[in-house]
Amino acid sequence: MLHGYALSLLEGAALTLSVAFLSLGIALALGLAGAVAKLSRSRIAQGVALAYTTVIRAVPDLVLMLLVFYGGQMAINSLGERLGWAYIDIDPWIAGVLTIGFIFGAYFTEVLRGAFLAVPAGQKEAAIACGFTPGQVLWRIVGPQMLRHALPGLSNNWLVMIKATAIVSVIGLSDLMNRAAQAAGSTREPFLFYGAAALLYLAFTTLSELGFAWLSNRLAIGTKKASL
Amino acid sequence: MQRRPLALALALILAAGTAAAQAPDWKKIRIGVEGAYPPFSEVGTDGKLKGFDIDIAMALCAEMQAECSLVQQEWDGIIPALQSRKFDAIVASMAITEERLKVVSFTNKYYNTPSRLVGKAGTTLAPTPEGLKGKRIGVQRSTIQDRFVTATFTGSEIVRYAKADEVYLDLAAGRVDVVFSDTLAVDGGFLKKPQGKGFAFFGPAFDDPKFFGTGSGIAVRKADTALQQKFNAAIAAIRANGTYKKLNDKYFDFDVYGK
Amino acid sequence: MNVQVMWDSLPQYAAGAVTTLQLLVLALAIGLAAALPLAVLRSLPSAWAWRPVWGFTYVIRGTPLLVQLFLLYYGLAQFEVVRASALWPLLKSAWFCAVAAFAINTCAYTTEILHGAIKAVPAGEVEAARALGMGRWQALRRIVLPSALRRCLPAYSNEVVLMLHGTALASVVTLHDLTGVAREVNSVHYLPFEAFITAALCYLLITVVLVGAFQLAERRWLRPFLPRA
Repeated sequence: MLHGYALSLLEGAALTLSVAFLSLGIALALGLAGAVAKLSRSRIAQGVALAYTTVIRAVPDLVLMLLVFYGGQMAINSLGERLGWAYIDIDPWIAGVLTIGFIFGAYFTEVLRGAFLAVPAGQKEAAIACGFTPGQVLWRIVGPQMLRHALPGLSNNWLVMIKATAIVSVIGLSDLMNRAAQAAGSTREPFLFYGAAALLYLAFTTLSELGFAWLSNRLAIGTKKASL
Repeated sequence: MQRRPLALALALILAAGTAAAQAPDWKKIRIGVEGAYPPFSEVGTDGKLKGFDIDIAMALCAEMQAECSLVQQEWDGIIPALQSRKFDAIVASMAITEERLKVVSFTNKYYNTPSRLVGKAGTTLAPTPEGLKGKRIGVQRSTIQDRFVTATFTGSEIVRYAKADEVYLDLAAGRVDVVFSDTLAVDGGFLKKPQGKGFAFFGPAFDDPKFFGTGSGIAVRKADTALQQKFNAAIAAIRANGTYKKLNDKYFDFDVYGK
Repeated sequence: MNVQVMWDSLPQYAAGAVTTLQLLVLALAIGLAAALPLAVLRSLPSAWAWRPVWGFTYVIRGTPLLVQLFLLYYGLAQFEVVRASALWPLLKSAWFCAVAAFAINTCAYTTEILHGAIKAVPAGEVEAARALGMGRWQALRRIVLPSALRRCLPAYSNEVVLMLHGTALASVVTLHDLTGVAREVNSVHYLPFEAFITAALCYLLITVVLVGAFQLAERRWLRPFLPRA
């Protein structure tokens, strides 16, 4: 049915997932740090976080990926030559994961910042009045409530991330998109193979949405839902 | 909290770094290929690379008694990838042109075929700049065909694609009026396939060396003269001992080495 | 770093930027206009209202924009029946296919963002509005939507920037946007670093303007939500 390319597509899908999950970890860590920095009172922290989110969100993923892969390689090459190291190869997989994690850290910063702002201001004020330190406020009071508000934005960005992994095909990684394009090119049936790839991405999405729905219900315990 | 992921990342880069032996004896060679240019270079249903370019590369490596690995790379970035040492040689039907010689070195050619226009069968379009004025000509970006039509067919609209397959798809769909491509590539990749029914070559074969160079060769970095010489010796050897003819006949009906 | 070549190609980059902005504005305008009613439908309790919308956003958000663009541009053109139909003059054009794909994509994401913001309006406010005698649509128009539109500003700023990057895919279907120009320059001069950094700087400039606009908007409209401390 898929002219023999089915296994190839599945292998590509596995690679796509591996890149996506690892990038998620990196992005969440960076996003939390960035959001806290942006909401803090320190001008320096705010400035650095603003520069990070502005520059990284400003440059298309494709361009960043190429810069990290080729430019970074050239930088390491010249550094290596000067220090006398043997040639160190930047593995495309590592370049892909780092780039995507770094890019989405910036987007997660904005989502988490919006989520922090959605928690009623009184919560933070009451906590400070009760004597919690800023760290405790974040960890015990605002943080858990913030997660519920962050979920729509996080889920949006997670879905975007799975698909952003498609750009790693540019640096030679044989992900799902890459393999679909190869099959489409060889058989001249783009609709079939891009359709198949679309279905696989949809499968990832379904699982992700189910996961997020479960998480959303879990975090919304105790809140009232108004019906329009 | 921000320092740990960065340190981890740095450790990962260094840990994953493989010190590739840049041995001047070239026992291990990484070869960059495109994988999207049938019948020269394509990916089969098993996910493996195959095609004339691939076979030639493996034959040359066997001749040089070197261990070769193939690295797939998009055509757009194939020369920059060579420069940044992603691989050591390019075997991707790359024509030897003056423009490219400014940035890389080439071995002697390993085949030479002209380029021709392809349009609807029985078309009345004239294969000249005046005849194709206002028409849309499809080419693959950054190829010698791209350079030629950009410079010559100035009255036409040049539409550029990243891959050869995309050019053929749009010709079949009617989004471009004609396509200008290497004769073997468009023949094996399009005209001989069911989607190519109703299309044919028209006009002469173009092979002005100024644009089309002197054949397709293997590109290496300018500094790697030893590798260049090894490849040249290997090419001469497989021409002489019949390996070239065997591979030639596997894909084509005539001798593609050309003049 | 070969600055001369970049300097000489600036007019091309400017033309590419114009194309990029045209694509972006068109896609965002159409997408947002369609997303508002869809988000309201999505937030209604009746399954007849929200299920179809959910299905739409599910499929569109679940597949890459690149796949959607390819299916629209190459996939449909594969079929003889499409080429003979009345829609062909539109589908034949790369411009139409690109704008359509981008608009549909941003509409789905914006619908979900607005839906999330509508859900985040405190239940007490909605109940108070109903208690005061406001009808459903009145409550929507005067209480829920103004609040939701403000809340979604940070997330929507993300979406706008993501759509800007999405327009880079137009180069894949032969349009001459910023990324397309960068690829042309790279292919002619073999200077990937310079070509892409120039494009990156152009995108950076556009983004700074967009983010600045959103910061102004947030300062004006998100103020009630900021902590007073």
